Amino acid sequence: MAKTWDEINARIAAGEAVVVTAEEFAEIAAAEGIPAAAKRVDVVTTGTFGPMCSSGAVLNFGHSDPPIRMGEITLNDVEAYGGMAAVDTYIGVTQPSRFKGIEYGGAHVIEDLLSGKSVRLRATSTGTDCYPRTDIDTWVTLADLNQAYFFNPRNAYQNYAVAVNSGDRSLNTYLGTILPRLGNATYCSAGALSPLLNDPTYRTIGVGSRIFVAGAAGYIAWEGTQHNPNQKRDEHGVPVGPAGTLAVIADLKHASTEFFSAATFTGYGTSAFVGIGVPIPVLDEQIAATLALTDADLTATIYDYGVQRRSRPSLGQVTYAQLRSGQIEIDGKKIPTGPISSLPKARRIAQELKRWIAEERMELTRPLQPLPQPGSQGVKPLEVRTEEAI
Amino acid sequence: MPRKRFDLRFPPQQATKPVVYNLVKDFNLVPNILRALIQPGQEGRMLLELTGRKEDFEAGVAFLEKEGILVHPAATDIRLDEDACVLCGLCTAVCRPGALTLDADGALLFDKDKCVYCEACVVACPRRAVTLSF
Ligand code: SF4
Ligand code: SF4
Repeated sequence: MAKTWDEINARIAAGEAVVVTAEEFAEIAAAEGIPAAAKRVDVVTTGTFGPMCSSGAVLNFGHSDPPIRMGEITLNDVEAYGGMAAVDTYIGVTQPSRFKGIEYGGAHVIEDLLSGKSVRLRATSTGTDCYPRTDIDTWVTLADLNQAYFFNPRNAYQNYAVAVNSGDRSLNTYLGTILPRLGNATYCSAGALSPLLNDPTYRTIGVGSRIFVAGAAGYIAWEGTQHNPNQKRDEHGVPVGPAGTLAVIADLKHASTEFFSAATFTGYGTSAFVGIGVPIPVLDEQIAATLALTDADLTATIYDYGVQRRSRPSLGQVTYAQLRSGQIEIDGKKIPTGPISSLPKARRIAQELKRWIAEERMELTRPLQPLPQPGSQGVKPLEVRTEEAI
Repeated sequence: MPRKRFDLRFPPQQATKPVVYNLVKDFNLVPNILRALIQPGQEGRMLLELTGRKEDFEAGVAFLEKEGILVHPAATDIRLDEDACVLCGLCTAVCRPGALTLDADGALLFDKDKCVYCEACVVACPRRAVTLSF
């Protein structure tokens, strides 16, 4: 039996909607069957909390007297982009500090702003007739800023790689320390709770969807960078490697350090754990079938990061249930596994989003425009060309 | 008998000397190598637990230092800052002795008795939530 967006929103508005997390939905579906679960449940919430390097914030400082057109900008000695209007900037989470390197980066600046700390703003300029000041050195807090919002060009990757290393030295990567001679395997996905694994063909998730971003109610702004709906898919239509991504936007002033945490990966760089949660309406049995998938049904592909090329060799596939057991097997060798995406935080996000909808009656927004669908586009590589070859 | 842990750093040319043998034979110390990374021509490092009498420790350490080895007391405590920890679990991927593990719900379990103070988690933790103290 199908439901419409409007029917579901009417039930949310009346405080009657049945809202459960993706894990809870899988249990209901296992006990009562998919048709009954699809009928009874209105909304399923998802959540993920992992490092998302393509994140950052747009800030507006307001004008000083006399005013300055900020050129070179630093926040706590971390460079922010100065190529926009006079007192607008973008600070990216991976930007390292000029003095502390990757131990303190753009992500740490944003975390400090979120926790209410004063951040040192310094900027220089050539000076113009309308903006005579040539330098400024001051302190700002999040409350002082006119606008402060996340604009994260790539969050919530739909599935990801499992990293192993067949080489003979440890590798420091964005997937953590990968030990030599297949000494461990790291992986990064919320599995059955992951937003885009629950709606694998982006039927209900699209531009304009209201979502949870780092504790604030935000929106999907666009397809994320490297959005690749053409990734290989399994029999459920779920990608078996990195596929869809989301560009998201949300107000920093409503976000929380509980759901945004700066990170430093030794030998790699700074990044940030970002909490993302997406609500999915249970429109029909078809979407209910993918919402009911568990970690035992979802697979990821193992890649050998010991081969330092764009195309790393694949060493087969494993399920998230196997990965979560703490050990996988490759060619008969038992390999300990470690996650990077936090399961307790993912659960917390899905629960919080559930509360927003069930108790605070946050209605779902129907996408204004769908994300690029499977078959429409892949990802292109970057070729290294010389001027003569153009 | 008292037991102590030492962090030994071997200069490259010293890395292959069989000093542990001397500690047993000449100083009556019972060694337990917790971790070692020693390659000819490179700086070596060894985490060594010694059991013996107080005066033997002192003589043994003096001998090692005479051999050009840097001897420091090894970390004796490891602390987890639960406020900084985001329960990502990444530290469990590098903790070979299995001192840091995740339970089925993703909670971080820390069995200090299994820790060999190798610092792998300290370096791997993206939140810098684990610290060793000496
Ligand atoms: S120092 Fe960390 S990684 Fe090493 S044994 Fe102890 S807990 Fe495990
Ligand atoms: S790596 Fe650090 S933040 Fe992650 S679970 Fe371990 S101690 Fe916590």
